[in-house]
Amino acid sequence: MTTDTHHDTTDDARTDGGTATATDDAQSGTASDTGPATGRIARTKVVFMRVMQNRFAVFGLIVVALLLFTALFADFIAPYEPAAQNYEALKQPPSLDHPFGTDQYGRDVFSRVVYGSRYAVFLGVVIVGIEMALGVTLGLVAGYYGGLVESMIMRVVDIALSMPALVLALAIAGMLGGGLFPLIVAVSLVGWRGFARLVRGDVKSVMEEEYIDSAEAAGLSDFRTITRYVLPNAASSIIVYATLTIPTVILWSAGLSFLGMGVQPPKPEWGAILAAGRGEIDSAWWIATFPGLAIMVTVIGFNGLGDGLRDALDPRQVR
Amino acid sequence: MSEQRTPMESTPPRHADEPLLSIDDLQVHFHTEEGTVEALDGVSLTIGRDEVLGVIGESGCGKSVTALSTMGLLQSPPAEIVGGSITYDGTELLDLSDEELNDIRGDEITMIYQDPMSSLNPVLTIGQQVKEPLLAHRDVTEEAAHERAVEMLESVGLADAERLMTEYPDALSGGMRQRVVIAMALITEPKLLIADEPTTALDVTIQAQIMDLLTDLREEFEMSVLFISHDLAVISEIADRIGVMYAGNVVEQCEMRTLFESPLHPYTRKLAESIPSIEDESDRLPTIEGTVPELIDPPSGCRFAGRCPQYIGEVCDTVEPPLETPSAIDDDDQKVACHLYDDQREAGPPWPVGDEATSDADGGARTGVDGS
Amino acid sequence: MLKYVTRRLLVTIPVLIGVTIAISLIIYLAPGNPARIALGMNAQPEAVRELERQMGLNQPPWIRYLEWLWGVVNLDLGQSVRTGRPVVDMIARRLPPTLELAVGSMFLTLIIALPLGVISAVKQYTWVDTSSMLFAIFWLSMPSFWLALILLLLFSVEWNLFPISGRGTPALTMTWLTSLILPAVATGTRRAGLLTRMTRSSMLEILNEDYIRTARGKGIGERAVIYTHAMKNAMIPIITLIGLQIPFIFSGSVIIETVFSWPGMGRLLVNSVLQRDYPIVQGLVLVYAVIVILSNLFVDIMYGYFDPRIEYE
Repeated sequence: MTTDTHHDTTDDARTDGGTATATDDAQSGTASDTGPATGRIARTKVVFMRVMQNRFAVFGLIVVALLLFTALFADFIAPYEPAAQNYEALKQPPSLDHPFGTDQYGRDVFSRVVYGSRYAVFLGVVIVGIEMALGVTLGLVAGYYGGLVESMIMRVVDIALSMPALVLALAIAGMLGGGLFPLIVAVSLVGWRGFARLVRGDVKSVMEEEYIDSAEAAGLSDFRTITRYVLPNAASSIIVYATLTIPTVILWSAGLSFLGMGVQPPKPEWGAILAAGRGEIDSAWWIATFPGLAIMVTVIGFNGLGDGLRDALDPRQVR
Repeated sequence: MSEQRTPMESTPPRHADEPLLSIDDLQVHFHTEEGTVEALDGVSLTIGRDEVLGVIGESGCGKSVTALSTMGLLQSPPAEIVGGSITYDGTELLDLSDEELNDIRGDEITMIYQDPMSSLNPVLTIGQQVKEPLLAHRDVTEEAAHERAVEMLESVGLADAERLMTEYPDALSGGMRQRVVIAMALITEPKLLIADEPTTALDVTIQAQIMDLLTDLREEFEMSVLFISHDLAVISEIADRIGVMYAGNVVEQCEMRTLFESPLHPYTRKLAESIPSIEDESDRLPTIEGTVPELIDPPSGCRFAGRCPQYIGEVCDTVEPPLETPSAIDDDDQKVACHLYDDQREAGPPWPVGDEATSDADGGARTGVDGS
Repeated sequence: MLKYVTRRLLVTIPVLIGVTIAISLIIYLAPGNPARIALGMNAQPEAVRELERQMGLNQPPWIRYLEWLWGVVNLDLGQSVRTGRPVVDMIARRLPPTLELAVGSMFLTLIIALPLGVISAVKQYTWVDTSSMLFAIFWLSMPSFWLALILLLLFSVEWNLFPISGRGTPALTMTWLTSLILPAVATGTRRAGLLTRMTRSSMLEILNEDYIRTARGKGIGERAVIYTHAMKNAMIPIITLIGLQIPFIFSGSVIIETVFSWPGMGRLLVNSVLQRDYPIVQGLVLVYAVIVILSNLFVDIMYGYFDPRIEYE
């Protein structure tokens, strides 16, 4: 879910002394001296620099990179097969041989966690992708066309928002029988509403700008107006929101799997591993602890990156 | 040398008194992502008792920063007062702690702001906000404060004041809100009112009303006013003296009338020129070429050098001209920061200075800045 | 004010109806034959058909929907496929524990997040700010079920301070309280992390407003600026933020109830979904939705109370 309700930022004149006016001078100076820093490449560089300066964001970037790396090279990193059972070594505490210990079937927890990263990445990307596609499209349509279309779409969003996320996801996943695919459908159907709301808000504020009127006057088709003017403006907040939604998706997926409605055992999805470890919590605490730790670090990482991106893309917003 | 006392000088000059507010070489920097903005580069201004000082300049020249520094309202970070002093009635304001400053501001020095739509707290009633300074600084009862607040609202020209006391700011228009802000600022009968572009956000008609109101009140309360604006016409209605600011410096300081009759600084002359007059026959309004310099890495020397039609040469680029009275002028209070008036130079500005200027029937401003 | 409230109420009704439609849609679209699932794979076809007729599965969907809706209006949510007991009874029994958990978690969330958020905003840039932000991020990143397990491990298994599972009865006693603490902490702390950050952002935005500068300029003292001027304004977005948390508290409670065997609606939901007991699932989602909608309405009313600008709309 959102870590922040962030739009409708007050774009008032910042009257903390002469800062607003002073930096205006600075910027106008830059414009005339070094050429406009408004090109796409220049702006991306500025954003990148800002992200790099934020320690938390850098940490997030490292975590995300590590996650991707682990997911890609799981075969090389994991010392054991995730499903390989070893009856000689049941419920062993962490050791050199098994850094995260073994579970009640003798499987190496470390390897399972490593392979679990694949689920995290896959689910994160796919689900957020679907949510984005659904939510952005609906939001665009709602914001651009306004009127009845907008009311109806927003009504649907309201309805969707009246049902607690996990409750709804659980119902959908359960009705579809549980498993990976139902999990994806369930979480996507729950998460798109945030995107829709966000995009619709952005679109509406862009629509109020005068250059949209001139575009229409110039005879641009709806589609072109949207893609050339509206979408790029909303793009940065969409990216930020997407980055911040990934940890939520991972958490929900893990939650659903934990409850038995998502990825089914013996697949090593982190939530599923936790579920398996739940019964053994008193005798083998490591089974549940490490996958949870993995989830937590991943979530912190994405949050850090998302926050950093948001600050970098819109520094005037109050942190 | 013996000083001849002419009959005119037997009336004590206004400035013989200790100035009420004295800003001396104030330097303020802002630390931003792009660098450190040197917003104020040694600003010096004085305001006497019962006197209105206008401060004029373009956006970004530092007028608001000066006002906010006096009130201690700069946000720090990112602002930093790097040097200088602000003396009020003998007290060094920059040395005071927040508590000590709170005794003075809101009571003896008050401020009205540019945007009336956002200067009032939307969730508190008008009455609460207008009474607040009185209750905070004087030992009065709620009832007495209420009475006084109603009186103030009436004196700023608001009808039905009693009812207004329980309304919220959202019920009022911009002009009415600004009147409330004025009432709020005057309820403690301050000695110094700082007005930061109070009419800029208002319609022209409302603007005129507010200016009238301010002029009346200022006489009634006998207070000093620091009036900031970018609109010369507005300032000239109320100011006794004026300071001209450019890019963080005061470039000229003189009496209001003098500004129109014999401005000294090239920038000021351009400003005075740019006010269209009915007698003018030219087709185009005169403008000043170029833009304000960047304040992050400001140019050394005079900050106006890049645009100055009277640019002399290297001295303008390397040496910052100090704000002082040229030798050709008698009045101590008229100051200018420009190398044209350097005693060591042989040539002066291409326009008449001092007595020659005021003897000209049309006023010295007739001579264009570029000497035409 | 009254106009405002009635307006909110009127908007609620279509949303409610939409919710019923959405729920029924989901149930209807679910694959599998409920009758067959209820009777098992080896059931006789006639028995299945008989049950289908009983459950009304052979009727067109919109009739089924209307019948169910009629039942809802009459407070009859059907019978459980598994046990045959009225759904309403089953849910009603589970409602109080879930509400207890929700209120308990919300209480914890508020007393942690609000003061912390305000203080970090006021003391921006100091160590207070940075450390509480780190603290918030730490807590909000924790999966609630993991936190629940860790808490169980430490407090129940190792140190034996709190019961491992179940809800102490009767309500409002010490046993009840001790059984509520761990679940409430598990649900509430994650929310607290989020709310702290949001509170801080709201507060910071307000502190940067012009009227705060005006207030400072009146020399009334920083204390008065914060408490009289800033806080009152801050309550407005904060109320909205709190309202946003409510559905998530219920979401979280589903998992927590499962971990702690807390006899609430969440556990019933999980079990019913696993057992494909459709009527219960349908009824439960509806009840959850109604609770959320009602609390949103309450929050909206509170918002109207705090923001005088409503009057002028």
